[in-house]
Amino acid sequence: MTTEKPYRRRDLLGIRELAASDIIGILDTAENFREISNREVKKVPALRGKTVINLFFENSTRTRTSFEIAAKRLSADAVNISISSSSVSKGETLLDTALNLDAMAPDCIVVRHSSAGVPHRLAEVSKAAIVNAGDGANEHPTQALLDAMTIREHKGQIDGLSVAIVGDIVHSRVARSNIHLLTKLGANVRVAGPRTLVPKDFSFLIRDQEIESGKKPLEVCDHVEDAIRDADVVMILRIQRERQDAAFFPSLSEYSIHYGLTNERLNLAKKDAIVLHPGPMNRGIEIASDVADSSRSLILDQVKYGVAVRMAVLYLATGGSPASG
Amino acid sequence: MKLLIANGHLIDPAAQENTGMNILVEDGKVAAWLKASDGAPEGCEVIDAGGLLVAPGFIDMHVHLREPGHEHKESIASGCAAAVAGGWTSVCPMPNTNPVNDNAAITRYMIEQAEKTGLANVFPIGAITKSSDGSELAEMGEMKAAGAVAVSDDGRPVPSAGIMRRAMQYAADFALPVIDHCEDKSLSTGGVMHEGKMSLLLGLKGLPALGEEIDVVRDILLARDTGAHVHIAHISTAGAVEAVRRAKNEGLSVTCEVAPHHFTLTDSAVEGYDTNTKMAPPLRSEEDRQAILAGLSDGTIDAIATDHAPHHADEKSLEYDRAPFGITGLETAVGLAFTELVHKGVIDLVRLVELCSTNPARILSLAGRGTLAPGSVADITILDPDRVWTFNLNDSRSKSKNSPFDGREFRGRAVTTIVNGRVVFNVN
Repeated sequence: MTTEKPYRRRDLLGIRELAASDIIGILDTAENFREISNREVKKVPALRGKTVINLFFENSTRTRTSFEIAAKRLSADAVNISISSSSVSKGETLLDTALNLDAMAPDCIVVRHSSAGVPHRLAEVSKAAIVNAGDGANEHPTQALLDAMTIREHKGQIDGLSVAIVGDIVHSRVARSNIHLLTKLGANVRVAGPRTLVPKDFSFLIRDQEIESGKKPLEVCDHVEDAIRDADVVMILRIQRERQDAAFFPSLSEYSIHYGLTNERLNLAKKDAIVLHPGPMNRGIEIASDVADSSRSLILDQVKYGVAVRMAVLYLATGGSPASG
Repeated sequence: MKLLIANGHLIDPAAQENTGMNILVEDGKVAAWLKASDGAPEGCEVIDAGGLLVAPGFIDMHVHLREPGHEHKESIASGCAAAVAGGWTSVCPMPNTNPVNDNAAITRYMIEQAEKTGLANVFPIGAITKSSDGSELAEMGEMKAAGAVAVSDDGRPVPSAGIMRRAMQYAADFALPVIDHCEDKSLSTGGVMHEGKMSLLLGLKGLPALGEEIDVVRDILLARDTGAHVHIAHISTAGAVEAVRRAKNEGLSVTCEVAPHHFTLTDSAVEGYDTNTKMAPPLRSEEDRQAILAGLSDGTIDAIATDHAPHHADEKSLEYDRAPFGITGLETAVGLAFTELVHKGVIDLVRLVELCSTNPARILSLAGRGTLAPGSVADITILDPDRVWTFNLNDSRSKSKNSPFDGREFRGRAVTTIVNGRVVFNVN
């Protein structure tokens, strides 16, 4: 099923579908929007008269608030819909929900869902632009974009950097979006964590890209130390406590000892390495408190750039042109 | 009433016949084979099968007809209508109805409903364990007496090797094949597609090939131990095909079937998250698909069976990981077999008839079926190997529309289906 779009519209379903030039276009547009948040009057009329629906099927404070603020700073009318459990419980199918919302003629639907692929199915039936705010273990594109903006700000560029991603890789949409983005922009990515959460064949993720370039931009490391050694950026993923009954590792304390980011492990990275975490943090588990609070940790910068990135994404999704250069 | 199928090309592997031959049908049986020069006997209706292939009726040994209990998805009547439109004269429904077909009363009910409908023959498959819950053996002897032709717990495979061993020992007493959907569920919890590169890319949980292969190997060892006939349902991985090949070389009583979607599609079809690409076992890798083609070609794979699994549109329009497993297949299987296997040179026409008729009849011991030798039941599938047609879901006879093949063009189809001497389907 495909729907004619009434105006030029761009969905943001994932980073995987984007070319490097698309990514840079979004980041450059975000740069232009950054200073708006520093103004006395934090509002521009770019999306005046447009309607943005934040459709969240999964709990989120940070991402939903960030999208809402981004929409409002662009003068869009933002509506939040939180559906705590799945639509299934009400007997309404995903398709019904999409068609009902579409009937109210929004310009953009920002969607988060615990099932991978939901934004893709919505995009097939909806006239509105669909922006993926996280779908299951698949992608979380705006998180990767704000991470990239943070890295660019502190490292100048992404090409040639070594980035370590540590933690629950296989279940992480943040890891997937970041791996796609960073390798597309020329970084070397090394992932590590317990083997139960970091399958050896995870490098298959971008195998086609490898074959094309003849390089090996994604490596699966046997030890956390191997991933962190000489890294420019260390990205720590959140351990999902709710997954504990699935028993991918024996205990949180064992995890923190063998895989957590301590100062000792961080000292293996480059002297000027930066630390990122998508939040919310489990202090003392995947990241030691002193690391989280150190000057190398840019966790609050990430949150700050999140607003600019989402302003850019909403602007482009509803028909705006990307900034050039 | 007499019926002459004239001018067709008969392929009957069981009778070792592959030649131009007229077939005379009388009182629901094949009365005689006649030469074209013999002409039509008096008072005889004639079907001109010039340029067409005449085969013993196709037997789909793996379907879900959903009745009793899930009639919003399919009924025995609608499922049989879809079957004959696809060229199948007989279908074998799995026992996962509600209640489960774990006793003679349900088995009899299914057969009676099919007789009332008067389209395809229905040969039910009974449950291995009561309620298919994997603990106590179901009354296999009584179900066989009522007309069941095999036993299986299909989508809820018996997890305990001990109970499966006892089930095989007991089933062997009644010469019932034990059909197993091989999946070690402890390896596939939460999985919704083949575990591999695509599942990593799409962020969906995987059903590893390992989960199927461990169970196939277990069943083969149990077949060796018990002497029972084990039939592996919808084989889908390279490792499983290789395990069956070795078991056959050893002379064990092990057979297997493949579903058309597994020789046609791979996990790359899941891109886009269309829930009509979700079934168990899942669409596997291209390497697995190639191994299946090799198994079809060299005889390791005995049968093509659809695993026709209708689900209502409301159920399939859910999120990918919440939607039920399964797709319909009765009306597309023969088209896929011609297009993907015969016309691509994987198998010849004789092998096609073996896979769809001769072998299923032999595996299930269906007396008088799977052959058109004089005296046998007049279940006949007439095929046009070169007819080009397009499958349109809106025209489907099934109550459900969950197929990934809507709008697909095929070369080759069943044009006339005859059951017990009666024409029950004729394509326009």
